[in-house]
Formats: sequence, C-alpha cells, structure tokens
Amino acid sequence: MVITRKVEFSASHVCRNPQLSEPENGKLFGLAANPHGHGHNYVVEVSLAGEPDPVTGMVLDLKELKEVLNREVVELYDHRFLNYEVPPFDRVIPTTENIARDIWRRLEPHLNQGGRKLHSVRVYETADLYVDYCGDETCSA
Amino acid sequence: MFRVTRRYEFAASHRLHTAQLSEEENRRLYGKCNHPYGHGHNYVVEVSARGPADGTTGRAVDTALLDEMVARQVLDRFGHRNLNAEVEAFERVVPTSENLAVEICRSLKAHWKKTFPAEWPKLEKVRIAETPRNIFEIRADEIE
Repeated sequence: MVITRKVEFSASHVCRNPQLSEPENGKLFGLAANPHGHGHNYVVEVSLAGEPDPVTGMVLDLKELKEVLNREVVELYDHRFLNYEVPPFDRVIPTTENIARDIWRRLEPHLNQGGRKLHSVRVYETADLYVDYCGDETCSA
Repeated sequence: MFRVTRRYEFAASHRLHTAQLSEEENRRLYGKCNHPYGHGHNYVVEVSARGPADGTTGRAVDTALLDEMVARQVLDRFGHRNLNAEVEAFERVVPTSENLAVEICRSLKAHWKKTFPAEWPKLEKVRIAETPRNIFEIRADEIE
C-alpha cells in the first residue's frame, strides 16, 4: 500500500551553470537563468510504501510523516534562496529534478524503517511541471 | 532516473458517432455525446518523459523543446478545432478520449527522435483528462 502526504514551500532559485557563458545559460535555461533569481510555490508529494500496522491500522501516522517532512525539508527550504542558503545547491543547479533527488536523500534515512520504504518524491515547480523521483528504482505507473 | 511531466490544455469539440452502427444504436451507446452538432471540452494533457539528469544542465528533459513539439503535434492540430470535421486522424476513427490519447501518443512518439535524438529522455506516457472526472492514460510502449 502507498500513502502520500503533501507539503508546500516557497523558495527562490536561479538555474545557471557557472561553467557556461552568459548566452549559453540564457539559451539552456531561458528566463530561469536570470541571475537575480525568481521564485515558486513548490508542492511536494511524498509517498511511502508499507503495510498497515495490525494494531493502529496505519502504515505510518501521517502526523508523524508531516513532522518529518517539516523538519527535514520545509524548515530548510521554505522562504530561502536555494542557491545561497540550502546546500547542496551552492554546487548543484536547483532544477526540479535535483530538488526531488535532494528531498529523497534527506528523507530516506528517516522513513525506511519498520518495514516501510520511501516510494516516491513528486515535486511540482508549477501546476504545469512536475518531476517524480524514485531513488534507484524506475518510477512505476 | 527521473520522470518529468508537463501539463498542457486545449479546447476542442467532438461528437461520438460511428458509421458502423445505426442512428438508434449510436444514440443508445453514446448518449448525449452523440448529439448531432457535437460538444466541447477543455482537454488537459500530461506528457511524461523519463531520463537521467544531464550533467551540464541538471535537467532530465529540456521542457522548452518538449513544449515546442507538443505545440506543433497537439495544441496547433487540436486546439479550437472540431475533431471530427477538421482533424484527419478522426475522419474514420471516433474521437473518443481513448483514441485521442492513442493519436497524441503515436504522434509524439513518431516525432520524438527529431526533437530528442539522444538515448534519453524517452517518452513514457500520455494522460488526458476530458473533464476532471474522466481520465485516460496510455504508455508509449503500448503502441507502435
């Protein structure tokens, strides 16, 4: 069974590769390369796979999942300029793909226990663009 | 490996009617979708592609390239059209959302390598919401 909790944070970022020239960055990243940065209301859906506990009837108390998400992700990312304030984005371009992978890495050690496994991380940069990341697995349908 | 999904919308009209059935059978089968002058929807199309993040850009899919392809193959062809009367693919095929999903997926698959010649990203699936309640999804490997 898969359970999902959704959280939101607002942050700014800029997408550019310092090894590339100004025109190359502009061509690759378009408006997202504006060096002053811009922001999004990110929406993150975290899914956990496991079986319901025979006593509680829950895979994991969603309240507990919410606390982990707030502590490990929202408190670090929310109202920050990702490139300047949230490692590894001082070195890694904060694309939606890299944000999804970073969130996966932050959450996995806290959630893979008690027979439960982190199943997928979905990050919406806008309502029209989102990325799914499932660690070493290929995301299933 | 990442799955990147982009969401698009277009508005179009259609009528569900097949020449293989009688007028009465069409009415019974398709109900109000068979009304003679057709009707319209705001279709929402989600296109998903799969791939690793590129070492230079940190992205799995260049969404500007995807947008261009979808504009040409989907939005320009279907947007503000009568699917039955104006889209060649539906001259003989009933424009149900199942068939629309097949046509969109087929067309994106056929043009994919022109836009994305490298091994990655690959087209994974197409999902169409005809209305928020009626949703149709097809994987690229389900069709030729």
